[in-house]
Amino acid sequence: MEPFALGFYFFSSITLLSGLMVVLSTNPVHSVLWLILTFFGASGLFIILGAEFLALILMIVYVGAVAVLFMFVVMMLNINFKEIKSRLTKYLPVGVLIGLVLFVELSLIFGDFIPELKFNSNDDLVINPNIENTKQLGLVLYTDFFIYFQLAGIVLLIAMIGAIVLTHQRRKDVKRQDVLAQIYKDPNNSIELKDIKPGQGL
Amino acid sequence: MDFSQGFGLIILIIGQCLLITVSVLLSLAFLMYADRKIWAAVQMRKGPNVVGAFGLLQSFADFLKYLFKEIVIPAGSDKVVFLLAPLITFVLSLVAWSVIPFNEGWVLTDINIGILFIFAVAGLEVYGVIMGGWASNSKYPFLGSLRSAAQMISYEVSIGFIIVGILISTGSLNLSKIVLAQDGSYGIFSWYWLPHFPMVILFFISALAETNRPPFDLPEAEAELVAGFQVEYSSTPFLLFMIGELMTVVLMCALISILFFGGWLSPIPFIPDGVLWLILKILIIFFIFSMVKAIVPRFRYDQLMRLGWKVFLPMSLAWVVIVATLAQFGISGYVRW
Repeated sequence: MEPFALGFYFFSSITLLSGLMVVLSTNPVHSVLWLILTFFGASGLFIILGAEFLALILMIVYVGAVAVLFMFVVMMLNINFKEIKSRLTKYLPVGVLIGLVLFVELSLIFGDFIPELKFNSNDDLVINPNIENTKQLGLVLYTDFFIYFQLAGIVLLIAMIGAIVLTHQRRKDVKRQDVLAQIYKDPNNSIELKDIKPGQGL
Repeated sequence: MDFSQGFGLIILIIGQCLLITVSVLLSLAFLMYADRKIWAAVQMRKGPNVVGAFGLLQSFADFLKYLFKEIVIPAGSDKVVFLLAPLITFVLSLVAWSVIPFNEGWVLTDINIGILFIFAVAGLEVYGVIMGGWASNSKYPFLGSLRSAAQMISYEVSIGFIIVGILISTGSLNLSKIVLAQDGSYGIFSWYWLPHFPMVILFFISALAETNRPPFDLPEAEAELVAGFQVEYSSTPFLLFMIGELMTVVLMCALISILFFGGWLSPIPFIPDGVLWLILKILIIFFIFSMVKAIVPRFRYDQLMRLGWKVFLPMSLAWVVIVATLAQFGISGYVRW
C-alpha cells in the first residue's frame, strides 16, 4: 500500500473511532479527551492533504483553546453519570435520525443525484505548488475574500461583546484589590515602629 | 548503506532522533544541577555537593531514587488519565525539540511552519496539568490544575502576538529562516532584540509564566496548595512531570535565543558562526531564569492575571500594529524579506 493511503486510513480510522468514543463514553471528561484525539486525527488528515497550516491552526485553536474550555466546564459540573446513561435509550432514536439526515445530505452532494452541485475538482482554486501553504492562504484571504474576512471578524467581535455583557457584573459586596494603590503605597506612612516596654503592651 | 532512501533513511532518522533526545536529556541533568547550585549561591548555601566531584552527579542520584521508588496511585483516581498526564507533559516537551535548528541545516525536521508547530505543542502542554489535576480526584491538585491552566492560556496569547511581530519582520514561519534573517553585517546589533526590544522582556516574562517557573509558580505554590497538580504523584510519574517542565524551560531558552538573539550566529561579524554560540546563548538565558527563581518573590494570583490580560496583551497587540506599520513603510531592521 502507498504510504499516503496508509496514512489516510490510519488517521481517518483514529478520527472515526475516537468520534464514536466521544458519544459512547459515560464519563464526560473522557468524552472531551476523545474529542481531542478526534481533532488530532483530523489535523493528521489535513497534513496528508498538504494543508499543514490548517492542520496546525486546528491544533492551536480547537485543541489548545476550545477543548480546554470544554474541559473546564465539564470538570466543574456535577454530573450524575447513571442518570445520563439511563437517558441514552430515550435520545438514541433522535440521534440516529440526525445522523441519518446528515449522511443522506452528504451522499447527495458527493453522489450523482444533483449534477450542478457536484464538485468541479480544482477548477476554481488554482493551487501553485511552488508557493508555500501559509503564503497562498494569505494571498487569497486578504485580497479576494477581504470582505468575508472582515465580516467574520465583526461576527466574532459581536460574540465577544455579547459574552462580556452577559457575564460581567460588578458586585458591590466583594472586596477588590486596588493595584495602583498597592504599588504606590509608601512604607513611611503605613509602617510604624513602637517601643514596647516589658510587661506593658500597647 | 544508502542513507538517502528506504530502510537506510529510516535508520538515519531514528539515529538523529536518538541523538537529540539523549543530548537534551543528558544536558538537562547538568542544567538541573546548575539551577540548584545558582539558587544555593544566591541564598549563600552550598547546594548539592556530595554525589560525585562538586556534586556533579546529584541529578543522576535523584534520577535513580525516583526510578526505584514505588508508584503510588490513589484509589479514587482515574488510573489511565492519571498515568497519561505525566507522559503527555514529557513527550510534548521532547517533541518540540524536533524543529529547533542547532546550526545551518542541523535540524531534524525543517518544516516551513516550525514556529507554529512549537506554539501548538506548547499549547497542548496545558493538558498534562489539567489531566493530572483532575485524575488525582483530590481538592488541592484540582484547584492547582485549574489555576495553572488559566495561567498558561493567558500568557500563551501574548507569546503568540510577540511571535507574530517577529514573523512580520521575517516573512517566514521557518525557524532557520528567522535566524538567517538576523544575519547582518553588524553582528549582535543585527539581531531582532534591538528592533523588537520591548518584546524581548515581555517574551521572557511570558515564558516564565508559561512554564510555571517562579515567580509565577502558582500551580505548585507550596504555601497554599502543597504542590498543586503534583500532590498525588510519586516516583517515575513525578519524575516525568519534573523533566517535562525543565525541558520546556530549556526549550523556551532556545526559542528566545533563536527568535531574538540570532540562534547560531556569532555576535561579532568576523568570528565564525556555529552550534556553540546557540548553546552559550541558551546557557546565559537559563542562568537568568535561575536568578529570577532565586531573587523574585512569588506573584499573587490576581496580580498574575492582571499582568497577563491588562498589561501584556494590550502591549503586544499594539506592538503587532506598530511592527506591521513600520514594515509596510519599509523601515530598515523591520523588513528583512
